[in-house]
Amino acid sequence: MLRTRTPHAIHPDHHRLRARVPEKMPVALNVNGVETRLKVAPWTTLLDALRDHLDLTGTKKGCDHGQCGACTVLVDGRRINSCLTFAVMQDGAHVTTIEGLAANGALHALQQAFIDHDAFQCGYCTPGQICSAAGLIAEGRAKSADEIRELMSGNICRCGAYPNIVAAIQQAMGRS
Amino acid sequence: MIDFQYARANDVADAVRQMAADPTAKFIAGGTNLIDLMKEDVERPSRLIDISRLPLKAIEETADGGLRIGALVPNSDLAYHPLIEQRYPMLASAILAGASQQLRNMASTGGNLLQRTRCYYFYDIATPCNKREPGSGCSAINGLNRIHAILGASEACIATHPSDMCVALAALDAKVHVTGPARERTIGFAEFHRLPGNTPQRDTNLHRDEIVTAVELPARGFASNYTYLKLRDRLSYAFALVSIAAALELEGSTIKEARLALGGVAHKPWRDTAAEAALRGQAAEQAAFMHAADLMLRDARGYAHNSFKIELARRGIVRALTQAARGTPQSQANKNIL
Repeated sequence: MLRTRTPHAIHPDHHRLRARVPEKMPVALNVNGVETRLKVAPWTTLLDALRDHLDLTGTKKGCDHGQCGACTVLVDGRRINSCLTFAVMQDGAHVTTIEGLAANGALHALQQAFIDHDAFQCGYCTPGQICSAAGLIAEGRAKSADEIRELMSGNICRCGAYPNIVAAIQQAMGRS
Repeated sequence: MIDFQYARANDVADAVRQMAADPTAKFIAGGTNLIDLMKEDVERPSRLIDISRLPLKAIEETADGGLRIGALVPNSDLAYHPLIEQRYPMLASAILAGASQQLRNMASTGGNLLQRTRCYYFYDIATPCNKREPGSGCSAINGLNRIHAILGASEACIATHPSDMCVALAALDAKVHVTGPARERTIGFAEFHRLPGNTPQRDTNLHRDEIVTAVELPARGFASNYTYLKLRDRLSYAFALVSIAAALELEGSTIKEARLALGGVAHKPWRDTAAEAALRGQAAEQAAFMHAADLMLRDARGYAHNSFKIELARRGIVRALTQAARGTPQSQANKNIL
């Protein structure tokens, strides 16, 4: 049963406190090897900072709630959901996005493996899948296909390319 | 999302001071639950106090043979720590049964304890919810309540606690170390989380101006006979409908010590010491397991859509105790339940 109700209350002190909110805060990030300084509002997620402030649109916004994995990037070598952290919290961090994986003009082993195995259809989840797989390989915990599937479960593919994604990751694991 | 101020805490005392100074501030560590709730306008802090850089990331052995886990140890580091894998594999298993690796890399130990329910109505600010807005009513009790509580609920709230890690911590009899403005104190795990009663807005007995600094495990780790069995709608990356942490110490085929806790069924991790006591001294066989399950569910009550959980829990408890007795814990990768 739904009832009509007043909107969720804001704390009475909020507007007084809000008057002191700084517009923007300085953040230093090393993004794909490049030292980057930017000024962002405290509520700017790392995902929005990458896409809207640094024009690195390879990292995708899917659900924006940490449920789909499309926004996966590596922060200090660990895969995280960039939609669930504020850029100001990552001040000083090293961030690797899909744009930073290829080196010296050669595709990353995972990028090549995703092509070799046709591990995507629409491609929207692919940057997150590949960054997540790079994190998975660095963790060194997944050996079997079951373990790859379990440790990749934070990356949803609505096209259902999962069998080929697992095959691509197995190929890249063999090489690395 | 509402706008807010952002400040970093320099140390634990500074964090507590900043919190005491601002009645609408929130601590942020991993941020995986809080930021999600802020995007939904469920949480509307005027200030975030970032504690993620505080030196609370160590896992240390204690004098009595246990472990002290810093509140900021990420869930993934905890699950994969050699001492956890060797001595407390039920805790490692429970952690790996929850969330995704990305989230486990971000989420902190303390934050896992403090995560909020995933009740649909708590998340939907267009509907009444006593947990979100005390006195507005419970939408779940006569609404869609398939994922809701079967034990310990009240007329005010039938939400469940979502954590897997906390179910294992309850079974292991962990303690929570907290620091407030005046003093430090230690809270037993059974007393940390609350039942909803008439105050479902309070998930825990932590005071507003206190900060979790560590979780302590006693020496007893049940590393030989344990399981964490999680039953859910998807095989991975879904919250528990019912989960069971079961641990035994055996002497031959006789149960010397037993631990049992359930997830997904109550407002807090549901440990039942009466069911554990009934197992002690019994042969580790199905008759004893079924008796323990009946005891554990003696006060269970279903609502319109979740009565299936009672039988699911009953069978899950028996299966989990069987896995623990055989020394064949549930794999979190291979999903076959043996």
